[in-house]
Amino acid sequence: MDLNTLWFVLLGVLLAGYAVLDGFDFGVGILMPLARTDHERRILLNSIGPIWDGNEVWLVTFGGAMFAAFPELYATVFSGFYIAFMLVLFALIMRAISIEFRSKMESPAWRRIWDFGFFGSSLLAPLLFGVAVGAVMVGVPVDSQGIFVGSFFDIVMPKAQPLFPLLVGLLTAALFTMHGAIYLYLKTEDELQARLRRWMYHGFGTFLVLYIITTIVALATVPHAAANFEAFPWAWALVILSVLAIGNIPRTIFYNKPGQTFVSSSIVIIALVGLVGIALFPNVLVSSLSDAWNLTIYNAASSPKTLGIMAIIAAMGMPFVLAYTAVIYWTYRGKVRLGAHSY
Amino acid sequence: MDVVFLSRLQFALTIMFHYLFPPLTIGLSIVVVYLLGMRLKTGEAIYETAARFWTRIFGVNFALGVASGIVMEFQFGTNWAVYSRFVGDVFGSALAAEGIFAFFLESGFLAVLLFGWDRVSPRFHFFAGLMVSLGSIFSSVWITVANSWQQTPAGSQLVERTVNGRTFVRAEITDFWAMVFSPSSIHRLVHVWLAAFILGAFFVMSIAAWYLLKGRHLEFAKRSFTGALILAVIFTIGIVISGDLQAVNVAETQPAKLAAFEGLYKTEESTPLYLFGSPSDEEQRVKYGVAIPGMLSFLVHRDFKTPVPGFDQLEKDYGRPPVWISFQSYHIMVALGFLMAGMAVLALWMRWRGTLWNARWLLWGFVFAVIPAFAGNELGWVAAEVGRQPWIVYPTVVDGQVTGGLKTAAAVSETVVPQEVLGSIIMFGVLYTLLFALWVIILNHKIQHGPDPIPQEPDRTTAADYLEAASRRPGHEDSMTEPKEAPAH
Repeated sequence: MDLNTLWFVLLGVLLAGYAVLDGFDFGVGILMPLARTDHERRILLNSIGPIWDGNEVWLVTFGGAMFAAFPELYATVFSGFYIAFMLVLFALIMRAISIEFRSKMESPAWRRIWDFGFFGSSLLAPLLFGVAVGAVMVGVPVDSQGIFVGSFFDIVMPKAQPLFPLLVGLLTAALFTMHGAIYLYLKTEDELQARLRRWMYHGFGTFLVLYIITTIVALATVPHAAANFEAFPWAWALVILSVLAIGNIPRTIFYNKPGQTFVSSSIVIIALVGLVGIALFPNVLVSSLSDAWNLTIYNAASSPKTLGIMAIIAAMGMPFVLAYTAVIYWTYRGKVRLGAHSY
Repeated sequence: MDVVFLSRLQFALTIMFHYLFPPLTIGLSIVVVYLLGMRLKTGEAIYETAARFWTRIFGVNFALGVASGIVMEFQFGTNWAVYSRFVGDVFGSALAAEGIFAFFLESGFLAVLLFGWDRVSPRFHFFAGLMVSLGSIFSSVWITVANSWQQTPAGSQLVERTVNGRTFVRAEITDFWAMVFSPSSIHRLVHVWLAAFILGAFFVMSIAAWYLLKGRHLEFAKRSFTGALILAVIFTIGIVISGDLQAVNVAETQPAKLAAFEGLYKTEESTPLYLFGSPSDEEQRVKYGVAIPGMLSFLVHRDFKTPVPGFDQLEKDYGRPPVWISFQSYHIMVALGFLMAGMAVLALWMRWRGTLWNARWLLWGFVFAVIPAFAGNELGWVAAEVGRQPWIVYPTVVDGQVTGGLKTAAAVSETVVPQEVLGSIIMFGVLYTLLFALWVIILNHKIQHGPDPIPQEPDRTTAADYLEAASRRPGHEDSMTEPKEAPAH
């Protein structure tokens, strides 16, 4: 594996890590309107209270790594998707404001405003992330200069595949909602937990329907989507893994093994990120205008020297990151308890 | 209005808002680590009370720093695509190091620092505080390294590349450590750190002075103020020295920037130093100014004669930055630095004489002195960034030939249109107004609430202590065995 491929894989790892971790944060936000009392809403909020900030760092690091390893890709996508990324920023800042400030005042009106902000931003962000992934898979108008020449609508509703990005957006939101419900089931107890069981089933059902539709649309109409499976037959293992993990979700809910359910939904997320990566490889951005204008892991990359230095840095740092992330999650294991320092 | 102007405006707005928080975070993290360490060492309740209070304040600032910081990372790509392609290879390693070593460290352990009071041991809590502080300091290292490379490129070379149909030049790294230790990076890093520590100290003194004036939390306020005051004296004197060394460095590496700081249109012997004034591009001189003759020559060359080059010599190679903004932001920063140093030295002397706590006028001065501390941090960066114009990446001049460099006007995204940038500026304007209002409201709320009362029960309990405490509390308001209900807030 050369350095370019290594960094393609590492970006996938960072993205998958982000999706698994911040995914349930978004899910918790989307489920907020289903909580009935202020106490329940605070339980939901505080289930992610100590960790959402750290989870968001995976996105920051993913963005930084993309800038560093594939500056062409970073420059083209971020400038091309200008409005979409500004909306992402809006959602992320709104979410941070809402989490930080909702419980600082007692007034119900104050709290209702921030609860809505938390819900809205938690829904908007995964929709946008999904749309962006869908658009990258379908291809966007990038010219011979590597410059995006379309508009916002070429991303949301590309002419070749008007529904696909939105479909992926909805799929992402549904996946995170399910994932968030499973996470909450682990962190709650009694009557709220009993209701969460229903939410898990509903979340799973919605996800499954959207997953099947999206898969059919992808295979039927998105070029390249399946081509790499001929080149890399081992990729089928990932497909099988994702199907098994999906099947394991209702099974483990039924047998009440929420720990396993959570692992299964995390595997589904990781597998889906992996499948997107395989479908794209070795491209990182497909041009809908001409195959010759695709950005690849080679023409969009930094120099081998930089990729090498970054690999050394990652090799030195990642073991520590994983170790103390595990320690911190271990510290906050167990059910949510509201205390003096809660939100 | 074009995309270049609007993107610069947006960058100025977002970075200046963001930069309210990182130096305060760095400064306060030192305070928190010190208090957690003393709590661990002495077990005295006052340290825990103080640590809890300053950690709450710290947490609010940190959250705002993260929320406004994500914008910065996105913005390089959204608005400055050409720049991103140019610098990506060089910034790559610095950004990777920042993400891996700094961001994960600070945000991960922040969870333990903020929420771990009742869950982890004081020892681990101290460790978590230390890691958060180290993380925020690491972060400042890498971002200052990257920015310093933009000011004084080193350890890199320009390489021509072809991607699909386009040929362009980008900077590629040749020597990682030469890039890290570019000619200006250490000077700038020291200056950034000292400014952050000063802000932390003045922030603490501002709140403590207010409590002293209102006669609240006196024990807590006096100890906080004294501790911060000692730091303030050391750091403000330190930053004057650091500033002098840095100015000499700027004179060597970015002469046009120094010329803009000092309003030097003409090169002359015994170059004067203006204390204040108003540089005018039309008249090619500083108007309404008061100057010390030969002083700038002395500061730069350590003799009063040797001329410091002005724009008549420099402009053809380096271009000319907006002189008025550079001059004023630099001069006000320096003036504020001396003002704060003077206040700190005066207060320390009065503290030693035992008259400080009665000098209400000076305490009121310290309540508001946090504003010059914020302003000094911001203006320093304004001077550094505006003084680099018209370049976004500074060129090097070898034998009269300008090589390398990237002009700001050529660095924006090709595909972005003015309406989009205008829209995002309005969005950030609304969001940041909201954020700023909330920041003030919450800080005020926390300051009004103040530190929790210092518990009077002895910490290390013996049977005799229990009896003593029980005898003081016949009403059993506080149970000795049940954990205390935490106060809601």
